[in-house]
Amino acid sequence: MNPRVNPISPLIATGLRKSYGANEVVCGVDLALQPGECFGLLGPNGAGKTTTLRLCLGLTAPDGGSISVLGHDVPQEGREARQRIGVVPQFDNLDPDFTIRENLRVFGRYFDIDNATLRARIPALLEFAGLSSRADTRIQTLSGGMKRRLTLARALINDPELLFLDEPTTGLDPQARHVIWERLRNLLKQGKTLLLTTHFMEEAERLCSRIAIMDHGKIITRGEPRALIAQHVEPHVVEVYGEGVQEWAKACGRRHAERCEATGETLFCYTRDPAPLIADLDSRGDLRYLHRRANIEDVFLKLTGRDLRD
Amino acid sequence: MTAKHWSPPRLSLRFLHVWRRNLLVWRTLAIPSMLGNLADPLLYMFGLGYGLGRMLEDVGGMSYIAFLAAGVICSSTMMSASFEAMYSAFSRMHVQKTWDALLNAPLTLDDVLLGELVWAASKSFLSGSAVLIVAAALGLVPSTLAIVVIPLIFLTGLAFAGLGLIMTALSPSYDFFMYYFTLCVTPMMLLCGVFFPLHELPAPAQLLAQALPLTHAVALARPLVNGTVPPAWLLHIAVLAAYAAGSAYIALALTRRRLLQ
Ligand SMILES: Nc1ncnc2c1ncn2[C@@H]1O[C@H](COP(=O)(O)OP(=O)(O)OP(=O)(O)O)[C@@H](O)[C@H]1O
Ligand SMILES: [Mg+2]
Repeated sequence: MNPRVNPISPLIATGLRKSYGANEVVCGVDLALQPGECFGLLGPNGAGKTTTLRLCLGLTAPDGGSISVLGHDVPQEGREARQRIGVVPQFDNLDPDFTIRENLRVFGRYFDIDNATLRARIPALLEFAGLSSRADTRIQTLSGGMKRRLTLARALINDPELLFLDEPTTGLDPQARHVIWERLRNLLKQGKTLLLTTHFMEEAERLCSRIAIMDHGKIITRGEPRALIAQHVEPHVVEVYGEGVQEWAKACGRRHAERCEATGETLFCYTRDPAPLIADLDSRGDLRYLHRRANIEDVFLKLTGRDLRD
Repeated sequence: MTAKHWSPPRLSLRFLHVWRRNLLVWRTLAIPSMLGNLADPLLYMFGLGYGLGRMLEDVGGMSYIAFLAAGVICSSTMMSASFEAMYSAFSRMHVQKTWDALLNAPLTLDDVLLGELVWAASKSFLSGSAVLIVAAALGLVPSTLAIVVIPLIFLTGLAFAGLGLIMTALSPSYDFFMYYFTLCVTPMMLLCGVFFPLHELPAPAQLLAQALPLTHAVALARPLVNGTVPPAWLLHIAVLAAYAAGSAYIALALTRRRLLQ
């Protein structure tokens, strides 16, 4: 870890460890956030992302390591830290017994926010969530995207300096996802610090200034998205689909690409110079292909493998 | 279980947020909920009290329905606290994940559990008090000493709320609560002096009954409703208080183990 950590870093975790029985799910994680940045924690299912967030919130005690959040030692001062954090949990836990407005008001009271402040804040948050016109409906009638927006608005009720977002867009359609991204950029503009976990590499590339890729409880690489792509994978990817792709790989793909990965009927060719591959594919015409720039997903798949995790 | 789960509870007034949240939800359903809670005890009182009461001269120096009234105040408190601390709390903990939301705010699990405990006791307090009021309206409460029964109802509610929260901490699903009702609640209904005097039971059963919280609630409530202070009042209160404090502490340790892993 960087020894010259920014003294006003909103979150510093060093050497975090957590085991469940014999299963060590967080093994020596270090994190240090810069104020005002969006930091992405990426990793396959079961990597330990949610557990890391729970540790930083003081909801479970680490078996090793230390955590400081907004100047508070966690978990000892977890309550004081949470007073200044906003949380979007992985699974919505809005209160089904209340309307949208009541959800915000009741949650605000948990922070000891007085009624006058709540009355002033709630309309703005309803606006932010795009739910002003439905403020007095119960939450059962809301779509997944609306619930997620409300959960995000709820996380802002205490005007937090730091937000934990655990897969904020999982399960949403593209429209809903873009709305959330737009809101998150908005929060970054206001100077809030975001710690985001996600499976969507696109989301990480769009929002995060720095990311860390986590697998089996360890951070296996970290840095700026572009730097990571440049460091780990070739800049061009040609994805080739169709029957006969294996033969083509032997005859052409593996000769012209620096690296090839096959999954079923698809071949991923990573290369600095895609021209010979494309020329050959165009001349054959029987294989479909897609040429694109390498992205974080390629880094992710290279480092964590293509095997299913569940 | 480790020593950490058994660390002393850290109490704070923030538990009132949990209590208030539950009150807000209940408020919208208050009338049907109150009527529903009253139906059962009143059926017992009238069905058994008038039906069976006709065949009995008097029981323990009073009419059978008056005898029954004090018992039903206590059993109705037990039922209501148990239901709230089990089915309702379990749904907030496990199904709706309301507790998770509370824990993401500046509340601790200790606050949540204390809030649920006091809430379940408050709700059962309303049920028990409603029965007392109905009994008084029917002229079955001859003494103003019955006022003392009101805080006693709350204490009884705390004892059963704590026991219920232990079950909730252990429960994998709603079905689990049936065991507690079958193995604990129903036997207490029958053994603790609600429907007939304890001394009618064989000696070993009487001994067992002395260990059960409902026995002590009834042993306090019945004389008080009829204007006398039972000689062993301090013991009865101590047993109920010990059940309340002990069960709440065990429930807290078990819930910490379940949720703060
Ligand atoms: N309370 C618990 N008891 C036992 N094992 C747990 C507990 N919580 C998490 N785990 C295990 O720890 C590992 C990491 O879980 P975690 O939820 O942190 O992963 P994640 O990266 O958030 O995954 P996902 O992307 O699926 O949300 C998993 O193998 C999970 O089964
Ligand atoms: Mg997770």
